[in-house]
Amino acid sequence: METFRFQVLICGGAGCISSGCKAVLTKFRSELKAHNLEDEVNVVETGCIGTCDLGPVIVIYPEGVFYQKVSVDDVKEIIEEHIIKGKLVERLHYQHPAFNEKVPLYNDIEFFKRQKRIALRNVGLIDPQVIEEYIAKGGYSSLGKILSKYTPEQVIEELKKSGLRGRGGAGFPTGLKWEFARKAPGDIKYVVCNADEGDPGAFMDRSVLEGDPHSVIEAMTIGAYAIGAHQGYVYVRAEYPLAVERLSLAIEKAREFGMLGDNILASGFSFDLEIRVGAGAFVCGEETALIASIEGKRGEPRPKPPFPAVHGLWGKPTLINNVETFANIPAIFQKGIEWFTKIGTEKSKGTKVFALAGKVHNTGLVEVPMGTTLREIIFDLGGGIPKGKRFKAAQTGGPSGGCLTEKDLDLPMDYESLIAAGSMMGSGGLIVMDEDNCMVDVARFFLEFTQDESCGKCTPCRIGTKRMLEILTRITRGEGKEEDIDLLEELANSIKSTALCGLGQSAPNPVLSTIKNFRDEYLAHIRDKECPAKVCQALLKYNISSEACKGCGLCARNCPEKAISGEAKKPYKIDQSLCVKCGKCLEKCPFNAIYLK
Amino acid sequence: MTKTCCQNNATDEKYQKLNKVIEEYKEKPGGLIPVLHQAQLIFGYLPKDVQIKVAEGLDLPLSEVFGVVTFYSFFSLKPRGKYTIGICLGTACYVKGAAEIVEALEKELGIKVGDSTEDGLFSLMVTRCVGACGLAPVLTIGEDVYGRLTPEMIPNILERYQ
Repeated sequence: METFRFQVLICGGAGCISSGCKAVLTKFRSELKAHNLEDEVNVVETGCIGTCDLGPVIVIYPEGVFYQKVSVDDVKEIIEEHIIKGKLVERLHYQHPAFNEKVPLYNDIEFFKRQKRIALRNVGLIDPQVIEEYIAKGGYSSLGKILSKYTPEQVIEELKKSGLRGRGGAGFPTGLKWEFARKAPGDIKYVVCNADEGDPGAFMDRSVLEGDPHSVIEAMTIGAYAIGAHQGYVYVRAEYPLAVERLSLAIEKAREFGMLGDNILASGFSFDLEIRVGAGAFVCGEETALIASIEGKRGEPRPKPPFPAVHGLWGKPTLINNVETFANIPAIFQKGIEWFTKIGTEKSKGTKVFALAGKVHNTGLVEVPMGTTLREIIFDLGGGIPKGKRFKAAQTGGPSGGCLTEKDLDLPMDYESLIAAGSMMGSGGLIVMDEDNCMVDVARFFLEFTQDESCGKCTPCRIGTKRMLEILTRITRGEGKEEDIDLLEELANSIKSTALCGLGQSAPNPVLSTIKNFRDEYLAHIRDKECPAKVCQALLKYNISSEACKGCGLCARNCPEKAISGEAKKPYKIDQSLCVKCGKCLEKCPFNAIYLK
Repeated sequence: MTKTCCQNNATDEKYQKLNKVIEEYKEKPGGLIPVLHQAQLIFGYLPKDVQIKVAEGLDLPLSEVFGVVTFYSFFSLKPRGKYTIGICLGTACYVKGAAEIVEALEKELGIKVGDSTEDGLFSLMVTRCVGACGLAPVLTIGEDVYGRLTPEMIPNILERYQ
């Protein structure tokens, strides 16, 4: 095997691709060639390293030096200084927003140091397009062990003991789900991977598919052996073309290597996989809707029971797990139950990947042990809130979840605590909001989303969410009525208890949770016709500060509605009845005398 | 006359391609959605004639095909511009000001979301989370992704495609 003096890992995740990592990669290859270093330096395009905000990022081993925001122009310097002279390029090091010090090593950066990577164990470390790299990291060893030494019942028993719970949202015990599918009568069964990651703000499944697709293939094959299935489907959303491309290649390679197809690893067991691409419908993340979509129908859910484990794809027993859940499984069988159960809390074992986004310094993917507090995630790993702003809320569970506030910062993040706090784990989206975000507007945003994505099959969801959205819209326009809050709560509770599927049942959650935590903000919109965060346009008024205004008249000349008047060299005034809130005056004022209130 | 004939040839070629796709999926269960994906790639959108062809080819009622086409937001009944601009309205993008980006695009292109420009160059769409939340707000044009957007950046970005 070839040995290299240096390994240069260049992040090829979607975030870094948008930041231009492909050009950096090409430049690295051409510069190394120009310096005759191709045989000494190995350049690897990896999956998402996790720090999307700092892209393009690279890590150079053996030392593990981390460079951020690397541009094409930096490549020559990195090669000449770091690779040839052994001197680090300090200006490209990471710097924690709160401290002045540069941190050169990957392992010393808080964002990475505090993570525990199980589902993401290979993401950002290996080339996802090379199956040998996955195998070198112990990949497919769990499958080999299971096919040669375990009975299907033993696999399920072990998985039950591990305490692994579904990472897609509800947290149902995975081993139990497998057992139901195993015990369901029938000769034909299916394994399905739910990669329809629809929760806006969550992208861990995408990262696994793009950065470590073989872990999903291996886990699905283990699942198929455990329940007795021979055909599987991965349902990927159409918005993830790169994931589809990398997964297709991985499936091909796995077949070539005898890890998929007939007689896997000469065990006599056969299983194959097919990819099905979604077509842009959020509801297809719901398992019965997803099944309908694979069958080629409109993605509408149906009542449960019967559950898919008994009556699933084409009426056959079907095991459905989400990407992150599957990605945990090879690691559990590789390292053992004892190792896995030591991580996490009593009822929530292992780790959870969170997609940290919104108003936080280090956006990206973090995988932490269950039970890590919200404060640690946002302030230690995430580096806190930018621009010195105050933390206001964090939305977990996407449009089905709720918000957590300052009082919840020390809450251990696990399934039960989040439910108790009025939110939910969901798929792990974690959107941080600061004082500039209006919670009524955020609630309206989520309702707009769920209302638009409602499939229309059941009345509570189709009509109920529409009515709720109308009420929220009128509140943000300053037309809210005193009784609107009660009406919202009443509607919310009836939709929750009567909607057909998870989408409808959870759609009112963001509204209920913002009313609970930010009732004052609702009241300010309704009673005082004010938006404290200054987001709701209709409630904002443009004003001229009489102290700052020099009376130049530039605002009045630019006002399209002639709403501004005054005398030269004296403070001008805005006639609120004529103002259309176009913001032209604010844009034009050279003295910053115009403000919103 | 020549023009018509070539257009017909081009259309014939497209239908031949479609027939091949239909043949490939005919025996596969649940083949309708993959066929529609391919058909949209071939024709750019899914007009009635194409839907009829798909329905006949897969031996499905036209109503079912139409039902599926209109259910999923990825399928379009109208022709789309050469470049489809997708503005991400996922949560992360929304809290970071995606609404202002929508406004800037609508103003710059002179069209509303869901429409195409008269010259057939751009279509403006709102997409759900594209999964680049770390770079919010984000828009995509074809395969290109632009992140950390401000409304001021919009004219420059569009210029690259004009």
